[in-house]
Amino acid sequence: MPVGYKHQRTCFRVAAEGEDMSSTSIIDLATVPDVIDHIVGISQGSWLDSLRSRRSVLRENARLSTLALFRPAEEGDVSLLERHSVAAFVAGLHAHQPVYAFYAAALRGVPGGTAHLAAIEALLEPARTRGPYGKYPEGPLSTENLSGIVFEASAEGLDARLAAAFRHAHLLVFHPRDASQAAIEKLLDAGWTISGIVTLSQLVSFLTFQIRVIHGLSVLRDAGPEQSAGNGENV
Amino acid sequence: MSGTQQVRHPESGAEPVEFTFAELDWNPWLDPLPESELTARHLDGLVDPGRAKSPYFMLLARDPDILGARTRSDKDIFYNTAGGLPRRERELAAVAVSRLNGCIYCASVHARFSERQGGNRETLAALLRDGALPADASSSWLLVAEGAERLTATPTEFSAVHVRTLREAGFGDAAIVDLINSAAFFNWANRLMLSLGSPSEKAGPDRSA
Repeated sequence: MPVGYKHQRTCFRVAAEGEDMSSTSIIDLATVPDVIDHIVGISQGSWLDSLRSRRSVLRENARLSTLALFRPAEEGDVSLLERHSVAAFVAGLHAHQPVYAFYAAALRGVPGGTAHLAAIEALLEPARTRGPYGKYPEGPLSTENLSGIVFEASAEGLDARLAAAFRHAHLLVFHPRDASQAAIEKLLDAGWTISGIVTLSQLVSFLTFQIRVIHGLSVLRDAGPEQSAGNGENV
Repeated sequence: MSGTQQVRHPESGAEPVEFTFAELDWNPWLDPLPESELTARHLDGLVDPGRAKSPYFMLLARDPDILGARTRSDKDIFYNTAGGLPRRERELAAVAVSRLNGCIYCASVHARFSERQGGNRETLAALLRDGALPADASSSWLLVAEGAERLTATPTEFSAVHVRTLREAGFGDAAIVDLINSAAFFNWANRLMLSLGSPSEKAGPDRSA
């Protein structure tokens, strides 16, 4: 069962040791039929289940996205350990405890994952901030430029490839409009291939989608079904 | 493996410096998959074979399975007209998210789509220009844009107050789920477009939207 999630604005906090049994749990993503349903706690036949089933192609493809990213036909240029590590980092950046607990448990299930998780937990506090921020091309939008953290910390226990991936993930999560050819160059310098960069970009970007769907549906879950006999068609 | 493992600096038109309704080009920073390397699996990922002409989709085709899932998700969220939120409001959510994240290219495409679906051009133009709807926008539009923007913040700020005010304004739960899906999806789409290439003003004479 997912951890209860009530406070949308509370800051992320890593559970103290021994505080939460989930700190040792392991999840195999391939055995979870639908990650969004799993984390929100949507059971078959419930009101949220029927709401989601109105967009069944989306629901199926959100599920297929998880498989494509975490159980790919072949690893290609991004290892399973890298994919799961980036996911735990991105989930942690979003300060959404149930999603983070889920991807942390998934990372523990990958060989080498537990050591990476320790490194990620040490990185999250200095990495967490509020987004989106960033700079626009010089011109009328320059007055909207907002500065923020440029995450550079290299991590104990992470190799150069993964450290570069985490820097890129932080950029994409919090200040995507600062993305640049120079940022791509850094990934290439760290050994990322073109296909690997495409997969990394999809991985981070997909998670920003999935986490928001989970968040939105969790807010609806906590609100409960609408009281009136509304048909859901009106605006 | 294909493509020179180098960043591209394509020659292209001027980079737009403000949000616009105008059609823009998008220039990849990495080599798209050459058409000669397309396989059945790539074509399945592209969904629509015409997308083989798009450098954006051909770059994403380097990981065809996630591209296919992305595109099928996109189509169901924005084109499935069975109930829920009207399409112009789904597109409004896409514009509001793109404006906040700073995706000039995405915002231009979906401002045109919203207008085509009946959205008010002046209202959309104000959102593009100012980053906020004008005070005289309808309550429905203000609520859709606000919900989309709060869901886009990191950490996410969409909360019970948004569900309650949307319901009080007459939005059904199916419409609220469509809003969540539309806004969430553009967080995915914006980050792909922003991180793998950049927009430029369209080459050629046709600048009309």
